[in-house]
Amino acid sequence: MSKLLEIKNLHVNAEEKEILKGINLNINKGEIHVIMGPNGSGKTTTANAILNNPEYTKTEGKIIFDGQDITDLKTDEIARKGIFMSFQLPEEIPGISVTNFLKYAKNKATGKPVKIFEFKDELKKYMEELNMNPKNMERSLNVGFSGGEKKKNEILQMLVLNPKLAILDETDSGLDVDAIKTVSKGIKMFKNDNNAVLIITHNTKILHELKVDYVHVLVNGKIVKTGEQDLAEEIEENGYAQYK
Amino acid sequence: MKTQVEEINRNIYDIKNKDEYDFKIKKGITKEIIEEISDQKNDPEWMREFRLKALEVYNQLEMPTWGPDLSELNMDEIATYVRPKTKLNTSWEDVPEDIKNTFDKLGIPEAEKKSLAGVGAQYDSEVVYHSMKEDLIKQGVIYTDMETAIREYPELVKKHFMKCVPVTDHKFVALHGAVWSGGSFVYVPKGVKVEIPLQSYFRLNSPESGQFEHTLIIVEKGASLHFIEGCSAPKYNKVNLHAGCVELYVKDGAYLRYSTIENWSKNMLNLNTKKAIVGKNAQMDWVSGSFGSKISMLYPMSILNGEGAKTEYTGISFAGKGQNLDTGFKVVHNAPNTSSVVNSKSISKNGGKCTYRSLVRIKENAKNSKSSVSCESLMLDDFSISDTIPVNDIQTDEVEFSHEAKIGKISDKAIFYLMSRGLSEEDAKAMIVRGFAEPIAKELPVEYAVEMNNLINLELEGAIG
Repeated sequence: MSKLLEIKNLHVNAEEKEILKGINLNINKGEIHVIMGPNGSGKTTTANAILNNPEYTKTEGKIIFDGQDITDLKTDEIARKGIFMSFQLPEEIPGISVTNFLKYAKNKATGKPVKIFEFKDELKKYMEELNMNPKNMERSLNVGFSGGEKKKNEILQMLVLNPKLAILDETDSGLDVDAIKTVSKGIKMFKNDNNAVLIITHNTKILHELKVDYVHVLVNGKIVKTGEQDLAEEIEENGYAQYK
Repeated sequence: MKTQVEEINRNIYDIKNKDEYDFKIKKGITKEIIEEISDQKNDPEWMREFRLKALEVYNQLEMPTWGPDLSELNMDEIATYVRPKTKLNTSWEDVPEDIKNTFDKLGIPEAEKKSLAGVGAQYDSEVVYHSMKEDLIKQGVIYTDMETAIREYPELVKKHFMKCVPVTDHKFVALHGAVWSGGSFVYVPKGVKVEIPLQSYFRLNSPESGQFEHTLIIVEKGASLHFIEGCSAPKYNKVNLHAGCVELYVKDGAYLRYSTIENWSKNMLNLNTKKAIVGKNAQMDWVSGSFGSKISMLYPMSILNGEGAKTEYTGISFAGKGQNLDTGFKVVHNAPNTSSVVNSKSISKNGGKCTYRSLVRIKENAKNSKSSVSCESLMLDDFSISDTIPVNDIQTDEVEFSHEAKIGKISDKAIFYLMSRGLSEEDAKAMIVRGFAEPIAKELPVEYAVEMNNLINLELEGAIG
């Protein structure tokens, strides 16, 4: 299997405080990885550090993606190399419709003009699969969307932008059972042998719908255990207490 | 990088023609100078007297000290009257080549063909072109320069000229009364609906000079009009002054929409005065975009004199490096059942300053009136400044009044979100700013909305590079 993402000894500070204390993680093409951990363990920091959010500072370590060192690249450059992040709290951007935003972002991501009719068909197909209200497409990006609508909109963006690596940061949190099923369906539609998914979560419901390759337990800024799907089930039963 | 972009950005506006003129008055404000302007303009006697009285008021009034610092303005360094080397023309072909080219590049003759019912174009102190569609002339609509109006419609002008904005209002209105030149006169007869906008464009080319155009619009009972005003100037090292005056009479049941796009160069002090008197069940809408000038002090005002009168103000200002834009809206509710709606946005970046300064006065007799004010400011960095200074004077309990102000910095989280989708920092910021400005942009005449978006893009590239 060929390597897609390699995180080596990553240390990250947020507001002067060390949050990640030496993370190592390898993700190959074709795999689904899960990072689980209690609140405040550094899950969201991991996702933000991969995309080099300027609010976080890397003090040590490297991130290699598709053979290139992306540790210090700007967020948009990382995105254009093929990493996507689904946000825990997607931002509301007034003044641009979902359709126009996606067209614009796809154009930026691919560097090619978007073919309107193909694009619209694609969008329609994905939206049906995700049970999304077509009316939302002409509304401003995420403005006035419910929590569930925002999360589905993130999955829609993932499908349209078709990255090599999709990081889903707590995409399942706050969703009801049906919405979680829809999100899982989106992930299954996206996933193939040439891309990979990193799911960040603190509960296991979403994992029931998916076949997961690796589960990593993140506690206090370190990966304390890595296993397969059964590790998630074990945590569901016993919690994180034994890892603290 | 920055300078380069700003130069590209403004290149249309920055075309400097040679300072050629038929006559340029010597600098300063004295009785002799005012008399000379009056002679040069061939004023009727009443206007000559009017100017001299205004000069007396000017000499008595103090400089305003409550707003931006105007100490760099030295009236001894400003020539208040510059007559271009041409007469008023009714065909662009007759306008001298370099002046016509300037208006061509500003897109005026093109817009005239496509989307306007009439156009006036002023160059320095005099109007060089005026024209209106035949069918409006037939309906009795008058659209001409102020000088022609004084000659041809003396009674109508005398009855209204500086009655809505008296010369005693403030020092720069008094100055205007003394040295005014050019501007537009519009008269829309009872019941006539002018469906397509009229537009006047004011261009100041001459360095170390001032522009003092006077716009007087009368919309008779049940009539309607959309009037667009544009202005620009190339940049010089020394201060230029703009102190225009706009007087609007919106009679009972009439409708007037007054849209302004002000894109003065960044050496301009823009001290402009605009006021409307609104009659029974009439409506006055202001749309205002302020992008240029070094200092602006601009507070359009509606006086709701008739029962059921309405007014709306929609404004946006964008202050960059070295700019201090002090703008806002004033309204006086002076009759029952009147209403006012204010929607103001400002953007400041690169050390620019935007202030929203307003007045809402609801008089005791204005029972059952409504006023709602919303102003939002967006700052694009940590060293730009935004301020809101509202004055609300509500003299009766029987009103609905709301005031909402939001001041904030552009969200780093929103920028990160957009960048995570592959947009560059510049594109992300421009998208956020465009979204912020969009509710206002859609109120602007369409070619100006496009221009505003371009301006936002270019200004932001300049700010980041």
